[in-house]
Amino acid sequence: MTTAPPLTKIDSRADGMDEAVREFLIESNEGLDRFDDELVQLEKQGRSPELLDSVFRVVHTIKGSGGTLGFRHLLRVSHVGENLLSRLRDGSLLLSPAVTSALLAMADCLRRLLREIEACGCESDGDYSGVVERLTELLTAAPTGTAPPDKVEPQADRAPQPEPSVGEILVGGNVCRPEDLRAALELQQTGDPRRVGEILLARGAVSPTALADALKTQAEHHDLASATIRVEVARLDAMMNLVGELVLARNQILRFAESQPDPAFAASTQHLDAITAELQEAVMKTRMQPIGRLWEKLPRMLRDLAMSCGKQVELDCEGADTDLDKTLLEAIKDPLTHLVRNAIDHGIESPELRRAQGKSPSGHLRLRAFHEGGLVHIEIADDGAGIRVERLRDKAIALGLLDAERAAALSPAELLHLAFVPGLSTAERVSDVSGRGVGMDVVKTNMEKIGGTVQLESALGQGTLVKITIPLTLTIIPALLVSSQNQRFAIPQANVVELVQRAAESRAIEEVRGAAIYRLRGHLLPLVYLDRLLQLPPHPPLPAINIVVLRAGQQQFGLVVEEISDSQEIVVKPLACGLEAIAGFAGATILGDGRVALILDVAGMVRRAGLFASAPAVAIAGPQEKAAARHPLAAWLVFRLPADRRGALPLSAVARLEEIPAARVERAGERELVQYRGQLMPLLRLSTPPAADHQLLQVIVHAAGNRCIGLVVDEILDIVEQPVLGDASLPGAAQPVTVLQQRVTELLDLPALVRQSFSAAPGAAS
Amino acid sequence: MSPAQQFCTFLLDGLLFGLDVERVQEVIRYQPLTPVPLAAPRIAGLINLRGQIVPAIDLRLQLGMTPRPAGLLPTNVVVRAPDGPLSLLVDEVGDVLTVAGGRLEPPPDSLDPAARRLLRGVCQLPHGLLLVLDDQAAITGKESNDG
Repeated sequence: MTTAPPLTKIDSRADGMDEAVREFLIESNEGLDRFDDELVQLEKQGRSPELLDSVFRVVHTIKGSGGTLGFRHLLRVSHVGENLLSRLRDGSLLLSPAVTSALLAMADCLRRLLREIEACGCESDGDYSGVVERLTELLTAAPTGTAPPDKVEPQADRAPQPEPSVGEILVGGNVCRPEDLRAALELQQTGDPRRVGEILLARGAVSPTALADALKTQAEHHDLASATIRVEVARLDAMMNLVGELVLARNQILRFAESQPDPAFAASTQHLDAITAELQEAVMKTRMQPIGRLWEKLPRMLRDLAMSCGKQVELDCEGADTDLDKTLLEAIKDPLTHLVRNAIDHGIESPELRRAQGKSPSGHLRLRAFHEGGLVHIEIADDGAGIRVERLRDKAIALGLLDAERAAALSPAELLHLAFVPGLSTAERVSDVSGRGVGMDVVKTNMEKIGGTVQLESALGQGTLVKITIPLTLTIIPALLVSSQNQRFAIPQANVVELVQRAAESRAIEEVRGAAIYRLRGHLLPLVYLDRLLQLPPHPPLPAINIVVLRAGQQQFGLVVEEISDSQEIVVKPLACGLEAIAGFAGATILGDGRVALILDVAGMVRRAGLFASAPAVAIAGPQEKAAARHPLAAWLVFRLPADRRGALPLSAVARLEEIPAARVERAGERELVQYRGQLMPLLRLSTPPAADHQLLQVIVHAAGNRCIGLVVDEILDIVEQPVLGDASLPGAAQPVTVLQQRVTELLDLPALVRQSFSAAPGAAS
Repeated sequence: MSPAQQFCTFLLDGLLFGLDVERVQEVIRYQPLTPVPLAAPRIAGLINLRGQIVPAIDLRLQLGMTPRPAGLLPTNVVVRAPDGPLSLLVDEVGDVLTVAGGRLEPPPDSLDPAARRLLRGVCQLPHGLLLVLDDQAAITGKESNDG
């Protein structure tokens, strides 16, 4: 599989290369890509004169231009190919798989020659007789009786040009009889120097107005062809950089304008602002390309792959016109190709196996792309075998990446994420297509490099779905500026969900085992303190707590910052010099005052903070995502009870978590009480009795009406969000139990506990 | 004998250092630095070099010397590194000196090993020693492979 070489590549080494040769290389490579795609389509559709004409034209043009430029081999190979194609066109040969394969092989051969020309400016004296023989064989094997051409061929052996001839237009428009045109063309061939239109006009075969119309139609075609120009990518890059600089200068002027009272100046500034934004968008658009540019190469690849694996695959593409930045398109090319290969090689089963499982013999591969939320979403779905998570788990254990105990605690969705760990491949055999154990991890790393994410869903026997999100563009992005310790940081707006401010004394933040959480509309938000995360000197207590709610993949967390400034367009610049290795920064930018600010990498911060790290070495994105779609999520506070039992309470029942020194506990008869917020709070011991007075009791405060009770537990373990499962209780168990985090967990009967504690009954000491 | 070489010289804690002048892109006065949290201490921060973001390395720390006193603003010696320009923070910049190739001697053993690793050699000048930095090592903090 080769692709059209990027313009810059040719440019960089082509100082001595003829402009004509360069043009030829670019056009030929593009043509060959189209050739592959259309030929494979043609094979599927059967007869389609338009497609056949189009593939013919590609080879014909290469032959013509290659011959003119003196590339002998190119001429020879394309000549035989053209002969074969013209036999297909006149109907004397049918497109069989063997013919298709031979023609594709010819295209590959031509590409090889083009690469050689690109590299050294000339063809090497390689041996291309294999391809030529193969094509010639097919030519001679075909029946020789040529069917009479069923339509007029203006200028017998000349290919139709991209621009239709006047004769074609006239005949096509039924204003001229084919025989008149043929006669005119014959006249021309016998030496008549006049143009076809002139001959026809002179013979009265066509009216002057009809001819004028035909000429106009032809001119329109011509205009269409000249309405686009080729621009080197390097020039677009330079332009984008300049626009970036302009945006920075604009930001500086906007800043300056704020301090200027002059209304005329303010108006000009606004104008400048608007124009800059428009220019930026316009330049960005020039760099946008539809994702279909990548997809159009897939049918050929699919055909090759399906043939070599003996599988049948049908491709279904949706949203091929979804645009994204060219650099991003380049960046996702290889990962996407890899995923498609994976799907065919490992996902989709052989036709026999599929039939045995009651599936259609040919597998389906569905590609979907769409824009949503300022991001490009790409989905690759197959209806194949799915991924055996047990195999992933066993391999991870065998490789020592995971111990059996931890593995047992992982959910299937979490296990699935092992697929992203380097060195793990579940393929039973290593094929030459994929399955060498490098793959998904590389895909993930490559996506993360461009600020994207990869998610994997798989159902055994039903198929695999890979979801990719990538930003629209990388260069200029809206960002939120925050600061801690006088240092400003930019956060990509795409990651920002909302901003929350709370008065410091509101005690909105609770600490669970040293981890801060904030309750946002009933949801628990793990908090990360920017100053602690970045090891900045701690700032003095502030009157208000600023929380930036951020999203990284499926997860949300709150970033506590000292100050939230404003939103601004920033130009992303890479961090050089090994600094990019520091997890947490995505790059840097220059702010309105000329100072440099670092751009926070939200996914990297999650990694650094160790958030959501229930399975180290495996980044887990939304393990419960699918279940959540069916069941409402409930948050549970999970804690340890004596004898290593686990208990849970719905988090909505938890008012606060406190650590209370055992010495502060007072006794009234059998009851234990503690002074808490101006009242006496009864304590209910679910824990083992404390060993010493200085020990801190872990107390879960539950508010019942205007009174509180404290439940003393051994240890607060975690907060788990999990859908409420239908019937949680196991038959025969004294307590209702459920499974949280793959562990059996007792659900405490809170009303009963409250009754117990407010009556004078003794505490439920174990 | 190798040909004469030119060195851009600068002072660090009173010692005269030299760097191949071919490597030096420009010398600019102190620029406000944006620190990079979590980076190695030798990374002093980032500067804005006419719209380009350039990391600044504190050569004193790179060479294992004492930190620059608080009041002393460093000067940027911007060098060309493989990944783009890089600023080396020095105390003060001196003249460009031309030294005949043969006059470069191996660094004396008495020198701090941390600093010696980063030196290509020393050169005796009428008024003292010029410590010639290994281009690559001075930038990366590691010895270059080719010695």
